[in-house]
Amino acid sequence: MSHALDATAGEIEAATVRDNRDNYLTDEWTVWSWLATTDHKRIALLYFASITFFFFLGGAAAALMRFNLLTPTGAIVSPETYNRLFTLHGVVMVWFFLVPAVPVTIGNFVTPLMIGARDLAFPKVNLLSWYLFITGGAITLWALFMGGLDTGWTLYTPLSSAYAKGYVVPVAVGIFISGFSSIATGLNFIVTIHRLRAPGMTWYRMPVFLWSLYSTSVIYVLATPVLAMTLLLLAFETVFRVGVFDPALGGDPILFQHLFWFYSHPAVYIMILPGLGVVSEIIPVFARKRLFGYKFVVWCSVMIAVISFFVWGHHMFVAGTSIYSAIVFSLLSFMVAVPSAIKVFNWIGTLHKGFIHFDAPMIYALGFVGLFTMGGLTGLFLATLAADVPLHDTYFVVAHFHYIMVGGMVSAFFGGLHYWWPKITGRMYPEMWGRVAAAMIFFGFNLTFFPQFILGYLGMPRRYHSYPPEFQVLNVLSSAGSTILAVAYLMPLFYFAWSLLAGARAPANPWGATGLEWQTPSPPPVQNFTSTPVVTEDPYSYPSPEAIQMEQAETGEARPNG
Amino acid sequence: MSIEPHGATLPATSGLKQPYHLVDPSPWPIVGAVGAGLTVLGIILVAHYSSYAVLVIGLACVLGVMFFWWRDVVRESRTPGLHTPVVRLGLRYGMTLFISSEVMFFVGFFWAFFNYALFPENVSGAVHPVWPPEGVHTFDPFHFPFLNTLILLLSGTTITWAHHCLIEGNRRGLIMGLGLTIILGISFTSFQALEYSNAPFAFTGGVYPSVFFMATGFHGFHVIVGTSFLIVCWFRARAGQFSPQRHFGFEAAAWYWHFVDVVWLFLFICVYWWGAGVPAVE
Repeated sequence: MSHALDATAGEIEAATVRDNRDNYLTDEWTVWSWLATTDHKRIALLYFASITFFFFLGGAAAALMRFNLLTPTGAIVSPETYNRLFTLHGVVMVWFFLVPAVPVTIGNFVTPLMIGARDLAFPKVNLLSWYLFITGGAITLWALFMGGLDTGWTLYTPLSSAYAKGYVVPVAVGIFISGFSSIATGLNFIVTIHRLRAPGMTWYRMPVFLWSLYSTSVIYVLATPVLAMTLLLLAFETVFRVGVFDPALGGDPILFQHLFWFYSHPAVYIMILPGLGVVSEIIPVFARKRLFGYKFVVWCSVMIAVISFFVWGHHMFVAGTSIYSAIVFSLLSFMVAVPSAIKVFNWIGTLHKGFIHFDAPMIYALGFVGLFTMGGLTGLFLATLAADVPLHDTYFVVAHFHYIMVGGMVSAFFGGLHYWWPKITGRMYPEMWGRVAAAMIFFGFNLTFFPQFILGYLGMPRRYHSYPPEFQVLNVLSSAGSTILAVAYLMPLFYFAWSLLAGARAPANPWGATGLEWQTPSPPPVQNFTSTPVVTEDPYSYPSPEAIQMEQAETGEARPNG
Repeated sequence: MSIEPHGATLPATSGLKQPYHLVDPSPWPIVGAVGAGLTVLGIILVAHYSSYAVLVIGLACVLGVMFFWWRDVVRESRTPGLHTPVVRLGLRYGMTLFISSEVMFFVGFFWAFFNYALFPENVSGAVHPVWPPEGVHTFDPFHFPFLNTLILLLSGTTITWAHHCLIEGNRRGLIMGLGLTIILGISFTSFQALEYSNAPFAFTGGVYPSVFFMATGFHGFHVIVGTSFLIVCWFRARAGQFSPQRHFGFEAAAWYWHFVDVVWLFLFICVYWWGAGVPAVE
């Protein structure tokens, strides 16, 4: 893992790039070669296409909701339509964007490259996982467009099983099928990371991204089946009137919440852990510095994954569960803050005295650190029993998890996308546009969601189609922010598409990063590496800041890549 | 046991010397996923319109893909150089993780059971918080359920016998042991079916029957899957595809069989025995 700050090495790479005609994209270009491919890189691109579709679909629903909330009585849609809109938004964004997003796209693409392997351990299972994902997605979308459902993404019983107007069972079935896709993906990553590491790639030489992917995969494998089983019970109850959750049939609605959150809380960490990993990759590269406290960062990922299985009860503080269990869950929820905060401190420690380059991925990563911290700190309010009672089911909660999921996770996804775009496509994106979009996303995001903290604090409940007139100013601000956010999210779509046609050819290592994925041409050849790499160094082995300073003093040269 | 097709170490598909098995493009994932989609669509159509056509097509696709996909895997495993030591170890990890995932699936059912059995006040509408709920006549655990427990425990010994025969190169014993395990598995399913048909409560008779039938029913489904897996192994054993050194297909089937066995022990102890209260009077 030699660092490529060396200019001549870069020139040689650039020369070889021009001849790089024989890569995974150009190898064979028939429809069947894509539909039956077992190449992790092509499957990642298939996932990219489907994930992008779901992201903009869910985003469109959110835009309509924000547009509707411009006036206190609801500007455009009826209350019923509004309920269906936020359910569509939640279902699509959670299960078909956030849960798979980073692992199946970026993770799929870079995992074998990062460990020096040819592919994932089970390439056909990887392809099956994509097909299951789009099959589940198609069934869910069909149900959502046939009329949708009005239960919210949480599908709480007995609303969903006895009272819901809409297509609960098809949606549940769609999520059920895509759950198998998650399990297959998780299983594949775990086996790959265990078994296919290149010679010399010890566990502590693995990039942090792989550790977070590994932790995420453990949750995929162990938590998803519980959701599958819950959805099965829900479907049986709705179709055959078998009493499990519905009080009218003798069931216990709180049981549904327990089982649902036993999956869905760990799923929150499925969504954020890969984002933490992406940011841990980007920050050392653009600070030209070794990651501060590598072992702490990796073990914090594992700790977060473990603790995530023991905090589900904090979603039910006001659902009438025992006060003693609430105290325990409150305490455990506070514990999540410890590894999360350690990570933030380590990123800041990495930035300290680093040569910071404000390229687009870094702007996303820095935005992530701030927004993740905000989201995390407001999470402490919600973990506090007394504070949660008035804040529960208000916009405070909405703002809190959007700071983590959208401000955090989506920023990390976009940051990772910019960072690995040259590797994936062999083209450079326009840097200026990348920076503008990143800054706009940060600004638009805060304008959208910060007013919602205040709204929630003032007591505006979530999931309502209308609100008292005194909340209008903050709601208009939030809707204005969402317009900026929408434009900013659309921008990468256009400049990425442009870069595919007219972007500069990317060298093998445009960022001067360490890591095996940067040692193979961009885009990589079909089999990733011409010979199996041998790893001899720790990850992020950038020279110390002092060494860079001395080198610059000697050569009188400006920073590389500045 | 005479065939030893696994001598070479160099992969056949790539000219590069590396320990990975790069599989060929495969049509089975797309057919399998379409089949899964048609199956669930078929179930919905059956529930609404009682039309079975789509369901049958969907199931046929899924079963066909299982057959052809695993046929491909078996062929690959018998092609020299494809299933290298790394690939074989990966398959073991994969099967272990798959079973772990299945365990969590049953954890959910047990959670639902204990939510009511330990805290009968969670049963809505119950006058007295007792488990089993009032008016529910349960099975006598030491009737069919205990017989089934003995059957599964015995099948655990026969599969181990088969495994030892396999390791010692005794193909006759392997086929015998596997055959007995399959017969015991089919007996278990038959007794379970008989028990269901004599159930003193209906599927929709409240929380007890729901939890009981969902948990034991899904276990029964897994027994059928495990039995099918063993049947495949029986044919492969007869074809001489297992060697004392390499027989992961057999081991995976055995692991799976032990998994359904252990789940049953928990079901028997918790649901049938501890959770039974006073057995039904015949």
